[in-house]
This record gives sequence, structure tokens and C-alpha cells, in this order.
Amino acid sequence: MEKRVTFRGWGLPFFLIAPQIIVTVVFFFYPAIQALWQSLFIPDPFGLSSQFVGLGNFIFLLNDEFYAASFLTTAVFSTLVTVCTMVPALFLAVVADRLIKGSGTYRTLLIWPYAVAPAVAGVLWLFMFNTRVGLVSWYLGQIGYDWNHVLNGGEAMGLVVVASAWGRISYNFLFFFAALQAVPRSVIEAAAIDGARFWRRFFTIVLPLLSPITFFLLVVNIVYSFFETFGVIHTITAGGPQQSTTILVYKVFSDGFVGQDLGSSSAQSVILLVIVGLLTVIQFKYIEKRVHY
Amino acid sequence: MKKNLLGTLGVLSLTGALLAPSVAMAQAQTEVQFWHAFTGRLGELVAEQVADFNASQNDYVVVASHKGNYTETLNAGIAAFRADEQPHILMVFEVGTATMMTAGGAVKPVYEVMAESGASFDPDAYIGAVKGYYTTTEGEMLSLPFNSSTPVLWVNRDAMSAAGVDPDTDLSTWEQVDVVLEQLKAGGASCPLVTAWQSWIHLENLSAYHDVPFASKSNGFAGLDTELMINGEAQLAHLSKMGEWARDGKFIYTGRRNEGGANFRSGECVLFTESSAGYAGISDEAEFDFEVRPLPYWKALVDSPQNTIIGGASLWVMSGHEDDEYKGVAEFLSFLSTSDVQAAWHQNTGYLPITAEAGEATRASGFYDENPGTDIALIQMTSKKPTANSKGLRLGFFDQIRGVIDEELEAIWAGDKSAKEAMDSAKTRGDALLRRFETANR
Repeated sequence: MEKRVTFRGWGLPFFLIAPQIIVTVVFFFYPAIQALWQSLFIPDPFGLSSQFVGLGNFIFLLNDEFYAASFLTTAVFSTLVTVCTMVPALFLAVVADRLIKGSGTYRTLLIWPYAVAPAVAGVLWLFMFNTRVGLVSWYLGQIGYDWNHVLNGGEAMGLVVVASAWGRISYNFLFFFAALQAVPRSVIEAAAIDGARFWRRFFTIVLPLLSPITFFLLVVNIVYSFFETFGVIHTITAGGPQQSTTILVYKVFSDGFVGQDLGSSSAQSVILLVIVGLLTVIQFKYIEKRVHY
Repeated sequence: MKKNLLGTLGVLSLTGALLAPSVAMAQAQTEVQFWHAFTGRLGELVAEQVADFNASQNDYVVVASHKGNYTETLNAGIAAFRADEQPHILMVFEVGTATMMTAGGAVKPVYEVMAESGASFDPDAYIGAVKGYYTTTEGEMLSLPFNSSTPVLWVNRDAMSAAGVDPDTDLSTWEQVDVVLEQLKAGGASCPLVTAWQSWIHLENLSAYHDVPFASKSNGFAGLDTELMINGEAQLAHLSKMGEWARDGKFIYTGRRNEGGANFRSGECVLFTESSAGYAGISDEAEFDFEVRPLPYWKALVDSPQNTIIGGASLWVMSGHEDDEYKGVAEFLSFLSTSDVQAAWHQNTGYLPITAEAGEATRASGFYDENPGTDIALIQMTSKKPTANSKGLRLGFFDQIRGVIDEELEAIWAGDKSAKEAMDSAKTRGDALLRRFETANR
């Protein structure tokens, strides 16, 4: 038997969902449609005139090998950020979960970095790795490693990944920790009695039970690495050296708000919108099937 | 509780009543909004200029607001224009010049503002090499040059001696610098040469200084259908050599902006190519004996160098305001151009004076004798009459093109590309942007 509450008439339900709808329309649909429309033009910065170019902006982008390279950079960056966030977070959560004493203190300390804004985190990491005055780069120099993320693309990528992942580990830790607490002790004890060691229990029992939260974090982390890491990249590398850390969203910013090329910038946002949409669909269609709730 | 609230309200309304007369008085004066990009010492100096102007007369009040760095200030102005909230005066860096010039309906040219207001205005009083950047080919001044500087060579004399090189060694040519860099390296210097603003100094100014084009159509002055010419012989020769220096550890790359300034001021680097406006910071912080030299040139390319070009910003007047407000704008711009204001600005900051008179006043006051080298920038700019190659640059999307050039230069410094490969690629990518700009402004 199905239990369902129904409304009489349309007025009240519409009224109740109206705030959500209005927010979505004003802050999402309206700008998205604007971007779609603008991507068909090359406007001048002041909005005095604009030339209709049809799909010209998209053709320009697709013929730009650096734009194609930016896709690869984004893929590498978001994969690394996601992995570097989730693996340490899970490890820390498991370790904190096993603590009997003082787990509250550890928990609190581990959550702190989340309070640091991405741009500030970027500046902090930049100070440590500054090629001339940075503490870490100085120690690296002592052991014979010449750190120079200003010219070395790989090092620059490593630095922005670490700086982006660092604060985010806290957020992931919190979710993993809560999920671990919800794993029924009886199941683990049963396995322990059957002779399963800790890691065996972890991989065969705990991890599958964590899959809904892991899936949720995967989606959220990918979206994070696509959009919210902007501040870190802006403060540390500004997309360089060459274009080794220019992820798609940074290119939208630098072309649109530094370069005043609003047509290209709009076209890029449309492409980005489509990619994130596709990614989310793929995640829900294929990966979610493997998730046990 | 309620009583308290009423009390507070009473005090507030009383304060309101007391304040009212002064508000009314302020409204009698016409307000002129001025958005700029200066912080720190420069911000203080601008505030001083504005305060002096406001104190000098009773009809107008200039309200100066800081809107972030150059790029952010330009963006703020553009966004404000789109929202019909634009300031009267907007500071735009030289890279944004083409953007502003093509925005016909958004700006009111300075020569027009001056003519309509009846303020005294003599375009010939301004130094040619400075105003040329902001003047049409017909000689109409579109924006008022505000802070203009040009690149020079800064030398840490103590570090030269420490590396066993005579600090008075001739550094006028890059050939000489090449020899000195070798000696410095051998003498144990960890950072023989560092630079700020690589594209501006080592490509834009290099081209003008050797009288070769940076872009076709007189560097973009003669039309939007311009193309980059940065892969010419002179540019490639210079960049190849710089690439070699980078690989040998003689030239240390620190970043796209003026990050290298910290390395020079801390005494780590020996030679530093930077704007003459680095003067304020270097004289303030350097605890060593420093000296300004003219920017070196390649003896192999020219017998004597052309002039260098400027960097910095100019003041644009935005359209859409009342006539009497424009009168105030004109008054303020005239005030800024006066010899006293300019001479003080020049001496405090290392920026160039915008009028010849201010330069002469500075010389007459003995400032150059007391601070040797502070006149080098001015001499370097004015010793020869500018040619089509050395008048300046007027390229659309130039900020982005500089970004492209920065990326390609990094490829040379890292040894990933040869100078030719990098500049060919920069030209292709830059030209694509120029074509887009042409389309946007057709």
C-alpha cells in the first residue's frame, strides 16, 4: 500500500516550490540562456555593438590547439585533485575511527583547513614553495632538488593540485568519518570472528558499505575541481607556465575578464556547461549502478 | 530596551540635523568621479593630487576611488558603463588603449572635453613620445597621459664588485652585457640578470629601440588589419641570446609581472631590466649602492638606438555625463598637467613628466644632479624623434596577446622551444586574436 500526501489544487504546491524555482531561474537559467545567446556574437567590451558570427566562436575554439590542450589539463587536474582529496581523507577517517581516546580533538583539527578560503590557501602554499624565499623549496634545494614551478609545468601542476586538495580533504574526511560510524559493528565483529584481518575487513565490508558516500563525494569533488579551484590557480600560477595549469574555467575567466573577449568566453562557458552536464549524466547512469544503498 | 532604542533614534536624527548643512554645501559643488588603480605610495600621491585640486577651487570635488589593479580597474569601468554608472575619469593602462579607442560611444576624447570647456589646452606642451601613444594619426589627443615610464637597466654596484667586476664597466650594449654576465657567473653571482615585464621590455621596447616593427600597419596605428611581426630577425636574435643566458643560469626567470623586483631589491640579482618607475621602490628598500643605466641595445643591429616606448596608464573621460561635470573634468586634467604637479610626480615616482616644461623645471631645481640617473628615462625617450616603429603600439586584445607572448617566452626560457618556433607560434596565435578584434569592431 502506498502512502502519499496530495495537495488539493495547484496554488499551495506552486507557492511552496516557488523560492527554489525563482532562485534557479534567476541565477541559473537566465545567465545560461544569456551565455548561449552571447556565444553566437563577437561583442565589443562596452556592449555598444556586436557582430553575429553564428557558430564562429565555437569553430575558433575547436581550431585552437591550446583550447584542446586545456581539456587535457582539466582532465589531469581534476583526476589528481579528486584522488588526492579522497584517498587521504578516507585514510584519515579510518584511522580516526579506530581511535578510542581523543578522537574529538583529531576530528576538530582535521576539519580546520576547510575554513581556509581557496585563494588564501593558494597564497599560503605559494609562500612555502616560492622559488626564491619559500621554506620548502629551500629545503628541497638543500637536498639537491632545484624547485622551479615558475618554469616547470609539472611542478606547477603538482603545486596547484596539492593546494586545491589540501583544504578539501577536511570536507571529505567529515563525510567518510560519519559514514564509518554508521557501519554496523556487528557485521565487522562477525567478520573478525571468522578470522578476517583489518585490511581484509576494510576492503570487503567497509568499503562497499561506504559506496554511496564515496559516489557522492566523487561527484562533488569533480565539480569542485572544475569550478572552485579558480582562486588557487589565480593566486599561484595564473595558468602558467606556458599553459600548463590553464584549466577550462580559468580560460573562461582570462579570455572574458582579462582579455575582454566576451564572445569566446561565452562559447567556452556553454561548452563547459555541456561537459559538466554530460559528466553528471555518465556518473549517475553508470557508476551509480554499482553503488549499494 | 525600548527607551534605549528611542534614545538612539533621537541621537541619530540629531546627528542628521547637524550634518545636513555640510551635506547641502557639498552638493553645491559638482562631483567628478575618478577611478584609478594605484595602491601604496602611488595611491597616497594620487590622493594628494586630488586633495590639492579640491582645495584649490570651490566649484568641483574630485572623488578618487581605487578599483583594483589595472585589469580590474578597466573591467570595473566597462561593467559600470554597461550599467550606466560609469565614472567621469577612468584610468586605463596602455595595453587597453586600443580597446578604449575603438569604443567610440563610450568615451569622450580629451581634446573635445578641453575644447568644449574652454580650458587652456596646448597639445604641443606634452612630450611627443609620451602623448603619441594616446593621440590619433590626425594629432587629436584622446586620453591624458598620467603615469608613463620606460624600461631602463638597474645595476647593483656592490654585487658587481663582489663578483669581481668593475661596477663602472660599460653596459650600453647587449654585447657588453653578454661579456659581463659571463664574468658575473664566473665570479659566483647566483642571479646575474633578472627582468620585469618581459614582453614589454624584451619584445615591445626591443623592437622600438632597434627601429623594427612589432606589428604591421605602423604597429597598429594605421588600421585594425594589423599583424604581428615579432618573429623578425632582431627579435629572434635577442630572444635566442636570452634563451642561452637562461639555460646557462645567467638570466633568472621569476615570473610574468614584476616579481623580479623583490630579487633585485634584496640584493640577490646584479642586473635588472625594469621600468624607470621602479625608482620609488628600489630607492626605498635597496641597502646597496645602485645605479640606473640606459637600456642596452645590440651594436650589431644599430649604430645608435631609437627611442624606447612607454608603459603606464592614461586617463580616459567617459561619455554620458552633464556639461558642467565635464567642465570640472577639464579643470582637473589641466591641473594635473601643470608644471608643478608634474615635476613633483616625476621626482617622487620615477614616472616621466608629461610636459617638457615639467622636465625642465626638474632639471633647473637640481634634482637630476642630486639623484644621478633619474633623467636617463627622459633622455632615452626624447633623444630621437619617434618613427612609425617607435611611436607606440595599438593592438586590440593586447592584454591577451601579451599573455600569449608570455607563454611562448616561457617555452624559450625552459628550453622547450627555439626562439623562432616560439615567436612563429606567438604570431599565429596573436594574429588570430587580432582578427577577432577586427571582427568585433567592424
